[in-house]
Amino acid sequence: MSESDLKTGIMTSGPATLDSSTQDGRLELAAAGYWTADNAGKLERLVDRAARMRRPPKQVAIDLRAIKRMDTYGAWLVERLQRAFSERGCETTFVGMQETYSALMEELSHIQRTPARTPRDAHGLLRALDLVGRATVEAMRSLLLLVNMLGSLVAAIFRVLIRPQTFRFTSMVFHLERVGWRAVPIILLITFLIGAIVAQQGIFHFRRFGADVFVIDLIGVLVLRELGVLIVCIMVAGRSGSSYTAELGSMKMREEVDALQTMGFDPVEVLVLPRILALLIAVPTLTFLGSMSALYGGGLVCWLYGGIEPDVFLARLRDAISFTHFQVGMIKAPFMALIIGLVAANEGMLVKGSAQSLGQQTTSSVVKSIFLVIVVDGVFAIVFASLGM
Amino acid sequence: MMAEEAKEVVIEVRDLTVGFGRVTILDSVALDVFRGEVLGFVGGSGAGKSVLLRTIIGLIKKRAGRISVLGVDMGKAGERMRRRVERRWGVLFQQGALFSSLTVRQNVQFPMREYLDLSDRLLDEIAVAKLAMVGLSADVCEKFPSELSGGMIKRVALARALALDPEIVFLDEPTSGLDPISAADFDQLIRTLQQTLGLTVFMVTHDLDTLNTVCDRIAVLADRKIIAAGPMSTMLASEHPWLRSYFHGKRARAISQSG
Repeated sequence: MSESDLKTGIMTSGPATLDSSTQDGRLELAAAGYWTADNAGKLERLVDRAARMRRPPKQVAIDLRAIKRMDTYGAWLVERLQRAFSERGCETTFVGMQETYSALMEELSHIQRTPARTPRDAHGLLRALDLVGRATVEAMRSLLLLVNMLGSLVAAIFRVLIRPQTFRFTSMVFHLERVGWRAVPIILLITFLIGAIVAQQGIFHFRRFGADVFVIDLIGVLVLRELGVLIVCIMVAGRSGSSYTAELGSMKMREEVDALQTMGFDPVEVLVLPRILALLIAVPTLTFLGSMSALYGGGLVCWLYGGIEPDVFLARLRDAISFTHFQVGMIKAPFMALIIGLVAANEGMLVKGSAQSLGQQTTSSVVKSIFLVIVVDGVFAIVFASLGM
Repeated sequence: MMAEEAKEVVIEVRDLTVGFGRVTILDSVALDVFRGEVLGFVGGSGAGKSVLLRTIIGLIKKRAGRISVLGVDMGKAGERMRRRVERRWGVLFQQGALFSSLTVRQNVQFPMREYLDLSDRLLDEIAVAKLAMVGLSADVCEKFPSELSGGMIKRVALARALALDPEIVFLDEPTSGLDPISAADFDQLIRTLQQTLGLTVFMVTHDLDTLNTVCDRIAVLADRKIIAAGPMSTMLASEHPWLRSYFHGKRARAISQSG
């Protein structure tokens, strides 16, 4: 409340009061000062205290003459005061209503008091059951939507096969560069490190019973069958699946998807198909590169840490692994790519209008695709075991 | 209408120059907005109307000049002073700019929670009151912005702009994207609110009906300058070629005939 404030004229606030006095059986409430937003907290307490008065007289007069300034907050509190006394059967009148504020008071007098809040179910157990039920239905629904997306994708593939000129080749190459080529350095680095770590752990533990050399079997089988493809899929789901969902989601938010549809394009064919095809090419390639990088990392650690010469490593590796191990890993890769792509596209199409929903669907895209990749990996393990691969 | 000398200037823009890179958008612009008036601000698409609005509210940096709002020189004022002035204005953005992750009630209460220390009950009541003032019922309270129509979004955004009972309201094309009936309703609403709350309204608009029915004065931006400012009659009488084509064009004929 410095002098400069007063000079500039933005100082429009000061104290606000509400005094009550009784005169010949009539309650007089004198409101004075600045009934504005800044004083609203204090004024609410004053108003509520006045309204709680025990056995109020039949007649109440609210005197507004001394009000210097009033805004919606002050006007509403005056209105609340008036209503509180009216509800208790008092005859309430305003005294000295200033011309400036009469329109505002008139406007507020029409507003119904109780704001409609959605009722919440209070019972904890029922709520928990309700949540479980909703989650189950939601899970079933999202599975159905995933199947639906797969169906639309297959339909789009057939349409493109019939009329190959409609295929968006440029778009696919563009996405292939983003999800494939640009992912190469990080994939190589991570798989190299994983291979090295597995080798180090293997040597450390196998050395105790002199089975150092079996580390090479461990690395070879583990990397080619499982680790290569899993690490790549987890990386791709986090890196590309999330960006697919965010892209498609924001297109959905800004009605770009609807625009495509009205122009007679199938969004799945235009947006989803090139993306998923790019993944179908990128993931197996990255799996191959990642597996090689992991073997290289493992071999390097065997040599530097375990003292196994590279030619011994290679000779042993040739004995330990067969083409089948390599096949098992590579067969899985395109299926994983399909899962990541389908989940990402599906979640993207589920984005609603809000920024929050975009974030939610992107998270759920990554979580779901990693989860499904691991589940499907388990199913593959069973299938390959029964096939004797 | 009072004589111009008697009116208090709430927004004073002097020699304002704004540009991006090598392009100059506004060149030594001068503009006064008086207390309690509705100023309509027009100009061709891309002429820099929104730039001026955004510069006044501090979203775009100026190159030169002075902007005073409520007597405070915004360029020289400290952080605290600026905050206090910002509390006294409300802004309605073109697309509404409602927070999409908050409900309508939370959107309207957002500035109140930030600046005022009020009970939940009072917050709820004021939010309902503000929504009622912009013509919305309490039913929309728990809806999210994505569930609202374009007109409702503008109304909720206006309610949010009015949340702290500002003295000045900036409206960026309030009626764009609304059908003529909703636009006319919105015009009426702005007029009513301006009268009930004693607002000063700075409105960027293209809507000739709005200019005709709501605005006390009109300021015109062309060639990087304010080329005219005054009531509708001044605009219609002006001989400036841009003004002639704007106010006497095909779309304006109905107005000049009636007015």
